[in-house]
Amino acid sequence: MAKITKANSLGEWFDQRLNTTAFTKVMMTEYWIPKDINFLWAMGVVLAVTFKILIISGIFLMMYYKPDVNMAFDSVNYTIMQEVAYGWLFRHMHGVAASVIFLVIYIHMFTGIYYGSYKKGREMIWITGMLLFVTFSAAGFSGYMLPWGQMSYWAASVITNLFAGGSLEAWGLVEWIRGGFTVNDATLTRFFMLHVFLLPLAIIMIIAVHFYTLRIPHVNNQNSADIDFDAEAEKYLSGDKKGSKVIPFWPVFLSKDFAVLGVFFIFYFYLVFFHFNFAMDPVNFDPADSMKTPAHIYPEWYFLWSYETLRGPFFDMMGMKAADIGLIIFGMAQGIFLVFPFLDRDPDVLPAHKRPLFNIWFWLLLLDLIVLSVYGKLPPSGANAYVGFAATAVFLALWAALPIITKIDAKRRGAV
Amino acid sequence: MSNNTNRRDFLGFSFAAVAAVGGAASLVGMKQAWDPLPSVLAGGFTDVELSTLKPGNPITVKWRGKPVFVLKKTAQMDKSDRDLIIGTDRFTVAIGLCTHLGCIPAWKTDVWKCACHGGEFNASGKQTFGPPPKPLELPSFSLKGTKMVLGETGPEYENIKNAKA
Repeated sequence: MAKITKANSLGEWFDQRLNTTAFTKVMMTEYWIPKDINFLWAMGVVLAVTFKILIISGIFLMMYYKPDVNMAFDSVNYTIMQEVAYGWLFRHMHGVAASVIFLVIYIHMFTGIYYGSYKKGREMIWITGMLLFVTFSAAGFSGYMLPWGQMSYWAASVITNLFAGGSLEAWGLVEWIRGGFTVNDATLTRFFMLHVFLLPLAIIMIIAVHFYTLRIPHVNNQNSADIDFDAEAEKYLSGDKKGSKVIPFWPVFLSKDFAVLGVFFIFYFYLVFFHFNFAMDPVNFDPADSMKTPAHIYPEWYFLWSYETLRGPFFDMMGMKAADIGLIIFGMAQGIFLVFPFLDRDPDVLPAHKRPLFNIWFWLLLLDLIVLSVYGKLPPSGANAYVGFAATAVFLALWAALPIITKIDAKRRGAV
Repeated sequence: MSNNTNRRDFLGFSFAAVAAVGGAASLVGMKQAWDPLPSVLAGGFTDVELSTLKPGNPITVKWRGKPVFVLKKTAQMDKSDRDLIIGTDRFTVAIGLCTHLGCIPAWKTDVWKCACHGGEFNASGKQTFGPPPKPLELPSFSLKGTKMVLGETGPEYENIKNAKA
């Protein structure tokens, strides 16, 4: 039985029952973050807040949206956009945040790759992060279907078709996912459920695990220095704030995060109010029609690079159909980042600029993903098809080279 | 002590057994909840009357949400082993989605031409130009006189399918 005495304040009343003082210390005021970091370390908080914007704007959209093939399009384009007060704002906030969150996810990911924040005890941070990437992708895809425009319909059609497994022709599986022979009412309603309930729930739970995975190995720093967090915390608490290499999460680290967040918000709301169109494909303002295909089908920008690996191989090779090769590479592209920590054979945690070959690898990968994204948007004809194929080949070659070049880097440094 | 452990193990194992059976049964139920509904399956059949078709003028019917091309061939059009033959008439029956990326090709004089990436299919549904990797797909059907029922599986369908393979 806890020791309950007459409380002198509300805070004390809660403290006696919920141990709030100790809890705040553990979670906030004595959760230590290294000092040697830069603005890229603020992306986690930027993501958390953008996700919150998605939830809040989503709640307001959900109150007027109708997940029915006969009503969905009008409930978005007429009711929400024209009748509901600020409905247009909630829609543009939701659409732009869904797009921008992927930009920040990619920055967050490549920060982790650059500084080696995925190994030597930090593997679970990376893996849960990649699970979040997968669940966010699923949420982005299922949400794109809801306005029930032409692009919604045909993107859903093409993506669910992938589950047939190319030459495996598993149409039973595709029909099961769709709940019909084509994308239909049942498909729309079940993807609505996934989008507004199951996927956000999964995301929230994985975020909690993702935060927890940071506790034991701690946040990495710019020079990947191995910090004795207990000793440095002791120093900070004893008053030597200047000499200590760490700062508390709250209020010191978060105050800097909020400054970065301020800049991000200006950028984000600039897009929401003046450039929302980039997240609103004009083709999607035609209602879904299963008897008419748009001339050119492409996904949102954040899926373009993996879409291009699907299209990249456009001719048959080694007795396999082009479509099957593309599907295999596409499947690999989805999973390969998950095992990143185990493909890096360098035992040291170091930023890329202190790992000569890995540094080249890092920038090549980034460049290749940009090339894949650009050509994923262009029609796959003429020279475009060859650039797409070459970029896909480079993508594969980079992953094959990763264990080798990291090992060479480590050898030259004398680490192995 | 060991007596207690055995009883606890027994309780644990019996719970695991009940949970496994219940879990497996609910998975089956959940899988079936996502199956196409009976009304969707019942809507999976479309009747097409073939006797009213004019040679050289294909019609497009909607079957399971997809376009299906039905063409009565003219005498000039080449014969194919995937033709549906009724009496002296030859028909082409095909799902009207390009086998490249799923766009719907349009009929131009004597070929289906796809506006998306330039693929072409002849009057028999065979790819003759551009990126399509294979002929237009064959929908399942059965024949009742001159009435074709898309979605059923009749001997005429099996014959064409086997000739194709």
